[in-house]
Amino acid sequence: MLRKTLLVFVLGVLMTPVLFAQVYLTRNGTIRFFSEASLENIEATNRQVSSALNIENGEFVFRLPMRSFAFEKALMQEHFNDNFVESHKYPNASFEGEIHGFREADLLSGEEVEVMVEGELTIKDVTKGITERGTLRMEDGDILGSAVFVIKPEEYNIRIPTRYVRNIASEIEVFVDVRLSDKL
Amino acid sequence: MNIFLSHVLAGLCLLLSAPLAAQDLMGMLEQDEEEQPEYAVNTFFTTRVINGQSIENPYPGDLIFIISHHFGRLNQGAYELWGLDQATIRLGLEYGVSDRLAVSVGRSSYEKTFDGFIKYKLLRQQSGVRNVPVALSLFSGAYLKSLKWPEGSDFEFRHRMSYVQQAMIARQFSRQVSLQLTPAWVHHNLVPTTDDPADYFVLGMGGRWRFSDWAGISLEYFYRFQEPESYDTYNSFAVGVDLDTGGHVFQLHFTNSQPMFESGFLSDTRGDFLDGDIYFGFHITRTFALR
Repeated sequence: MLRKTLLVFVLGVLMTPVLFAQVYLTRNGTIRFFSEASLENIEATNRQVSSALNIENGEFVFRLPMRSFAFEKALMQEHFNDNFVESHKYPNASFEGEIHGFREADLLSGEEVEVMVEGELTIKDVTKGITERGTLRMEDGDILGSAVFVIKPEEYNIRIPTRYVRNIASEIEVFVDVRLSDKL
Repeated sequence: MNIFLSHVLAGLCLLLSAPLAAQDLMGMLEQDEEEQPEYAVNTFFTTRVINGQSIENPYPGDLIFIISHHFGRLNQGAYELWGLDQATIRLGLEYGVSDRLAVSVGRSSYEKTFDGFIKYKLLRQQSGVRNVPVALSLFSGAYLKSLKWPEGSDFEFRHRMSYVQQAMIARQFSRQVSLQLTPAWVHHNLVPTTDDPADYFVLGMGGRWRFSDWAGISLEYFYRFQEPESYDTYNSFAVGVDLDTGGHVFQLHFTNSQPMFESGFLSDTRGDFLDGDIYFGFHITRTFALR
């Protein structure tokens, strides 16, 4: 009885680093969005995206503080936070889901792997299921992940006054780029 | 003893493997997330409450162009189209030098006055990492009356100057309600008679009720602790509507002050609001991002 328990205990302790190595993580991933409208194009970049991927089961998450989107114009940034995404009420956006269609072995070979990202995106407390294409590639022991997708602000309760139709697009392109590392 | 030990080990084993079993990635991200300072934004829509300065500055690198307009007095009646036939105007430029510092120059038609000021944000209202319940800004302005002296008078250049030092203490109580206290000191190098004070101490009170994301109602009152002896003046009062359209802010208001610069409306407001000496006016504020 004791011997059995000891064995499980020792195995458990030994396995710990191995299991943890399956999780790749970053604190400074990038999410950029782009809005193309007739009067102006608006672009903003967030370099404080936290993200993690478990390459064993494909579980993938990211999370970002909305206030960290940097705009070309400071006044736009103020309006984005204060009026559109209401960062004082909803400070973070997040994604929780998984990445399908890759085998660990493919990844380890260093090739770029086309994958499907499927899960739930939450902005302003509105959660929507999304399925998008993306790529994964291993470089210097890190995993580079990227995806491009389109969201509609109105679906996430982001109300844009009609006078802005020519300034803000109704469909916004979102670019996710993360460099995930197994060094926690 | 053996059984006890095995239980302890089993327990330890469970404890150690618990984080593995959970493998909650989102939980990992939320853990040791850096807390960020949360600054109060949009305490006022723009750099003015109405006539008076607010704690807001242009963002660094932003240039604000302000066109201010006061029509004539409402109580002049239909012949003057309730004041709309006359106008005083001020054109001003304000520039955000840094996160905290703004500089400005302006020119008013009222007594052909040039003005210049600097405004510094000493404290910003914030929560999160630090908790600062109010915003505090300091203001220093100089005013040059360039109206020609009467023929044969022996005034000197320094007699054209007035100065205003003030502090703005504001708090955003909620997204809807912001209030500001504005103690100010006005100094005139020249006053009409020796009975009139050269220095005025003034306490301003202002507030904004933001009834929608893009609009609000503002009130402002400046109480003077001194009054001139040789002529009638009043405390400055104003009530107005602010409309924010993104790049522009429109402020429409009614006030008993004709001048639109600090040394003017703080100590030299000639209109009696209750008697109908009310000027309709507006500011149009346009922001240009220069860098």
